[in-house]
Amino acid sequence: MSDKKMLTASLSPHIKSPKTTTAIMLDVIVALIPSLVAAVFIFGYRALAVTGVTVGTCVISEYISRLVMKRRNTIGDLSAVVTGIILAFNLPSTIPLWMAAFGSLVAIVVVKQMFGGIGQNFVNPAIAARIILMVSFPTAMTASFPNAFAWKNETIDAITSATPLAALKSGGEIPAIRDMLLAKSGSLGEVCAVTLILGGVYLVIRRVISPVIPLFYVGTTAAIMLVYGAVKNENAVMFMLCQILGGGLLLGSIFMATDYATSPISFKGKIIFAIGCGVITSVIRLFGNSAEGVSFSIIIMNILVPHIDRLTTPRPFGTVKEKKHKKASDEKEATA
Amino acid sequence: MSKLSAGMVKVVKKVRGGVHVSHSKNTAEIESVRIPTPQKVVIPMQMHIGAPCVPCVNVGDTVAVGQLVGDSTAYVSAPIHASVSGVVKAVGDIPLPNGNISKAVTIESDGEMRLYDGVKPPTVETREDLIKAVRDSGLVGLGGAGFPTHVKLNVPKGKIDTLIVNAAECEPYITVDYRECLENSWDILSSIKTIKELLEIPNVVIAVENNKPEAIKILSAIAAQEDEGKDEIRVMPLSSRYPQGAEKIMIQSATGRQVPPGKLPSDVGCIVMNVGSVAFIARYLKTGKPLVSRSLTVDGSAVKEPKNVRVPIGISIGEIIDFCGGFSEEPYKIITGGPMMGLAVTDTDLPILKQNNAILVFSEKEKLKNETECIHCGKCAAACPFSLQPTAIERYEKIKDVEALKKAGAMVCMECGSCAYSCPAGKPLVQVMRLAKKVIKEAGDKK
Repeated sequence: MSDKKMLTASLSPHIKSPKTTTAIMLDVIVALIPSLVAAVFIFGYRALAVTGVTVGTCVISEYISRLVMKRRNTIGDLSAVVTGIILAFNLPSTIPLWMAAFGSLVAIVVVKQMFGGIGQNFVNPAIAARIILMVSFPTAMTASFPNAFAWKNETIDAITSATPLAALKSGGEIPAIRDMLLAKSGSLGEVCAVTLILGGVYLVIRRVISPVIPLFYVGTTAAIMLVYGAVKNENAVMFMLCQILGGGLLLGSIFMATDYATSPISFKGKIIFAIGCGVITSVIRLFGNSAEGVSFSIIIMNILVPHIDRLTTPRPFGTVKEKKHKKASDEKEATA
Repeated sequence: MSKLSAGMVKVVKKVRGGVHVSHSKNTAEIESVRIPTPQKVVIPMQMHIGAPCVPCVNVGDTVAVGQLVGDSTAYVSAPIHASVSGVVKAVGDIPLPNGNISKAVTIESDGEMRLYDGVKPPTVETREDLIKAVRDSGLVGLGGAGFPTHVKLNVPKGKIDTLIVNAAECEPYITVDYRECLENSWDILSSIKTIKELLEIPNVVIAVENNKPEAIKILSAIAAQEDEGKDEIRVMPLSSRYPQGAEKIMIQSATGRQVPPGKLPSDVGCIVMNVGSVAFIARYLKTGKPLVSRSLTVDGSAVKEPKNVRVPIGISIGEIIDFCGGFSEEPYKIITGGPMMGLAVTDTDLPILKQNNAILVFSEKEKLKNETECIHCGKCAAACPFSLQPTAIERYEKIKDVEALKKAGAMVCMECGSCAYSCPAGKPLVQVMRLAKKVIKEAGDKK
């Protein structure tokens, strides 16, 4: 052989799936876009402004924190963009823009980068930021949800109304199912159930998320609400549907509870996690002060993920359960 | 594959995980061709798992095709024969593709491919005859592992109830086993019948991935015919999901049994043989010509004319690539074996070993992306057919926690590469697994 060019030697495998982190994040963004478009239709350009501010702040603060920490820059993986969009989806469209920027800063710098960046955060950055904003600025965060399409009505300044969940809790008027599916009052990204489900289906088809968490989360909540509705002698089905479509459950279960870094790895772990989210959400919504409980339930379950992971580690191929006990007893004998 | 016709059998128990890899079986429809006799061959004395052979020829000796050039007294080993006729030019150390140093016999060919006088069909009437004949043939597992076949076959009578013939060929690109099924299907069946009869194995399962419907059709038709309606030799179509062809996975698919860590297939009543090895036995019993040549797939983006080639053992990789039209692009990486588990070699002068089933040449386009941070997506754990959690093992490996590594099953890993393939962060997880095994082994050595 004449050409003696050095060849590259590396360990197998020599081919890799085209699904990189960036490709996955891009898929999530694609899945979020229909809901963003819906938000702009429902709340006007203000929705776009809020999203622009959160995404911009997230990306810039991620860039600066990596720079300050002298670490390889990671804005190219698009995860900061995803965090930005999801945070915006959790805010009312009327929120002052500086608050949105503050929330983004908290999400990226405190929750994500200070714990080591992508994959290392122990709670979902967008949810943590939303909770911090809710506690810090309760009025701006919860009291001013504009009506759907109020922005188009120029004669009246953005009429605000209670979200379907708040109405349900206080005994107010519950909107029709059709409105809850398409456009209701609420946070920016939670108001159109149809586009959220569309995004979820896209993510499942693209194998970005497994449908286990959304199905078990929504399923658990639905079951509890049905029982509660029946016990309270209300229209149980209507009550259940309003609980599922009326608040942030779909947004939370499809886009936030499925966050890789803060959800369990194994199939069993995912089920436990999702059922836990469903139970906590229901308990908060039914017996708590707040009408909404999705954020808190997910963040509580986020914290339990390492333990769920440890408890649900599958048994390696070919090993048997008895082995562990036998080994333990062997050791006991040895020490005895 | 829902419809099963005569001579077929369903998978008993599916294995979890695995990955969808591109099939890239570009050479499937091309008839195998024989390479012209090379001017020289370099025959290493270590082409199998087990003890290396000791050269039994000297520089200057004249040898003929099929003549013994190396043998070992160790039980786990396989004799080595001259693959061309000619004169021994050197007996010395050479580097192997895996980086180890081995003795090797270099033979300069006289171009005649003269067959050795001692080559004649063996008389095989009993189990012992068969095992001896297989040993004399120098046969090792042709699917890639290179385990001496006679050792595999030598298990106590009655211990084995299922012979699994592995024609899954789940690695991308490789089509040698497929071509074997099409071109030598009668050899495969005749060999199966001999092994089945002499080793008294009641069931035979030929496992083929369902992306090879032609092979399934032909083999099941012949099996149904040869079997005379006893339904003891059957074809099992597998889903096309890597790594269906892995030994332990195949055993679970065919019998529902799991081979415990550190145990052999025979411990659960199975023998798994590569289809090429099986077909070779039939030819050996007919002609007595030992394993001196083999077929392999030459493919990849940087090869001009991908094809299946029959080559003498010990021919250089470079010569085979030249025969396939040479490089179409600057080669970036050359792999012996498949892209999922094969070995990247550094030099085209390296010889072809008995167990090499492919040469793949990749151009710079196939360069892998740099590693980024783990995003904790769990794709590696979902892909692992053995239910391991590579990210957890990586954590334990970093802190050298031997007990945690053992418990996490690091030793169970077969390095199929499904985890690393599916990792969006491009982490070299197979490397992590090997390091983890090393940590466990070193801790064991210290004790």
